[in-house]
Amino acid sequence: MIMIFGKPAPLLFGQLLLGIINGSFYAMLSMGLAIIFGLLKIINFAHGAMFMVGAFVTWGLLNYLGINYWWALLLSPVIVGALGYVLERTVIRRIYKLDILYGLLLTFGFAQVLQGGLTNYYGSSGVSYDPPDLLSGVWDLGFMYLPVYRGFVIFAAVIMCGATWLLIEKTKLGALLRAATENPSLVQSFGVNVPRLIALTFAGGVALAAFAGVLAAPLYAVNPDMGSELINTVFAVVVIGGMGSIGGAILTGFGLGIIEGFTDVFYPPGSAVVVFVVMAAVLLARPAGLFGKLA
Amino acid sequence: MKKISRRSVLGTAAVAAAATTLPSLPARAQSKSLTIGVCSDFSGTYSDIGGKTSVACVQQALEDFGADKKGYDVTVIQGDHQNKPDIGAGLARQWFDQGVDLLIDVPNSAVGLAIAGVAAEKNKAYINSNSATSKLTGTACNAQTIHWTYDTYMLSHSTGGAMVAQGGKSWFFITANYAFGTLLRDQTTAVVKAAGGTVLGDAAYPFPQTTDFSSFLVQAQSSGAQVLGLANAGKDTVNSIKQAHQFGITQSGMKIAALLVFINDVHAIGLEIAQGLILTESFYWNMNDRTRAFTSRVLPKTPNNYPSMGQAGCYAGVTHFMKAVDVIGVDAASNGAAVVAQMKKMPTDDDAFGHCYIREDGRFMCPSYLFQVKKPGESSTPWDYYTKLHTTSAQDSFASPATEGCPLVKA
Repeated sequence: MIMIFGKPAPLLFGQLLLGIINGSFYAMLSMGLAIIFGLLKIINFAHGAMFMVGAFVTWGLLNYLGINYWWALLLSPVIVGALGYVLERTVIRRIYKLDILYGLLLTFGFAQVLQGGLTNYYGSSGVSYDPPDLLSGVWDLGFMYLPVYRGFVIFAAVIMCGATWLLIEKTKLGALLRAATENPSLVQSFGVNVPRLIALTFAGGVALAAFAGVLAAPLYAVNPDMGSELINTVFAVVVIGGMGSIGGAILTGFGLGIIEGFTDVFYPPGSAVVVFVVMAAVLLARPAGLFGKLA
Repeated sequence: MKKISRRSVLGTAAVAAAATTLPSLPARAQSKSLTIGVCSDFSGTYSDIGGKTSVACVQQALEDFGADKKGYDVTVIQGDHQNKPDIGAGLARQWFDQGVDLLIDVPNSAVGLAIAGVAAEKNKAYINSNSATSKLTGTACNAQTIHWTYDTYMLSHSTGGAMVAQGGKSWFFITANYAFGTLLRDQTTAVVKAAGGTVLGDAAYPFPQTTDFSSFLVQAQSSGAQVLGLANAGKDTVNSIKQAHQFGITQSGMKIAALLVFINDVHAIGLEIAQGLILTESFYWNMNDRTRAFTSRVLPKTPNNYPSMGQAGCYAGVTHFMKAVDVIGVDAASNGAAVVAQMKKMPTDDDAFGHCYIREDGRFMCPSYLFQVKKPGESSTPWDYYTKLHTTSAQDSFASPATEGCPLVKA
């Protein structure tokens, strides 16, 4: 058997693949955060909670309404996006003029309320959700067994990240969004409804989190803490990639997933801190992050 | 940009919340008033195996004892230790200073050990019914602490021993990297090696922030071991087993030894995946008429969550505590060493565990049971999950006190 650094090569290939799967979630979540921060300058601490609510909505659609996974993939982001829209129009818009920390505290509090409410109702062990029949089963890749569903997660994440990047960077709507954040009053003078544009951006950002939540539902136990456990890492990803940089968030998300995967093999207890070690190193060398521009 | 650590925000908020939401405790007055504090995980990994159901079991114990009729005025308070030893110890210190007579439950060994130190310092009774570490009756034992329900020695010998006896000689461990997981792994390793087996590897993952076990599972699979030993608990075990199923580990013939599984975990995993799993508990609700009677009384207080052994331990512990207080009088109840000494003097008898006793080192001595999880078709009523394979006597379930290094035990 071929050995690399004293570990069997198939094991490392397996970890690479698993790292990419975890990276898919980091990329999708950090992309939403980067969009919201880039356009609204809100540090959305409720992002993990939106991810979790996305998973719960998926479960609820099936168990209360009999709506299957494929419809949930569409409906859950819409429902959570609507929740985000309402949240922005009623609460978040009131604090744009305040210090950035108020947004952090507000969204953090909102996340706590969602988490606490669902814990009270469903308990901390949460509920379970099975992958759709079409995607159950295992592929034998030779070096490892890959559950078909996890393969699908990579596929869906890459499509979603690519589409979002194209939307923001290459379309007229994206150009409008970027212009609105640079100079809202100028854009408004062209007849664009900037407040609505911003609210829709927030809704879109949290809808991305909910989409990741739908993908996560069959992978992990659907439980109220699933978002809070992920959000710290995702924030580190955003900081490493450069606050507000969408392409940076995507690349960093996948990259850190892979680094974490290898850490799991060489030094498992370190897997929780490796992302933050990288973050510290990057901030020392490039304070604006790998892909960020200094203000 | 300023970044506020979420952890420090949470920690501060928790301590502040605990300080402000405590009910003012009644002064020990003319009536026979007592206060019992349930210190547990109400929001995290272990909240289904402790938490609200533990509080319900404590209240059930007081009802069944007839505390009201006997003239006792017992206040039950609760606090969340959030799986952090510093928060748990701080809460215990505050409670004891405010007159809490008994502190009970405490899942999480690191928190459990921290509170044992505080109980000794303040001389207050402490019944731990939900931590696993056998150090509570070993080097960390004291005259105020009773360890109810189960410990790592029992789990490693019962479940671990059964797996080795079935021919599982080579092991790979996935371990929660803190006081509980590492001790359970080490004690199980000793059992495996004593039977001529080997340990091929160990992945000690960061607790409590790990939710994805896939890379550890793939490592276990590539090690070629016959048995995957899970030295973890609660939601971690649920996730490990579900993901092991996704990666085809059980289907490929590797056996899972989940060293600590509660019935709440089996419920969360579902019988489809959990079927065939071998595990050890010292209480199962559907074991005999007494356990069923107890369960049917407590269930209305805790719908959707049947009591596990640790929660039943809260019931039995409070039952026995009240009997001891009845003998020595309510004024002596604030003297932890005196109450615990009285509890050790009397044999225990309750609907959850039957007739048992408490050893001089504080170890609650009751048989343990090896169970196998039923197939979906075999389960006829809700939560009807276990078939009993074997009963281990109390003496064989726990380590001999002479070997544990407890200073209370005279050589």
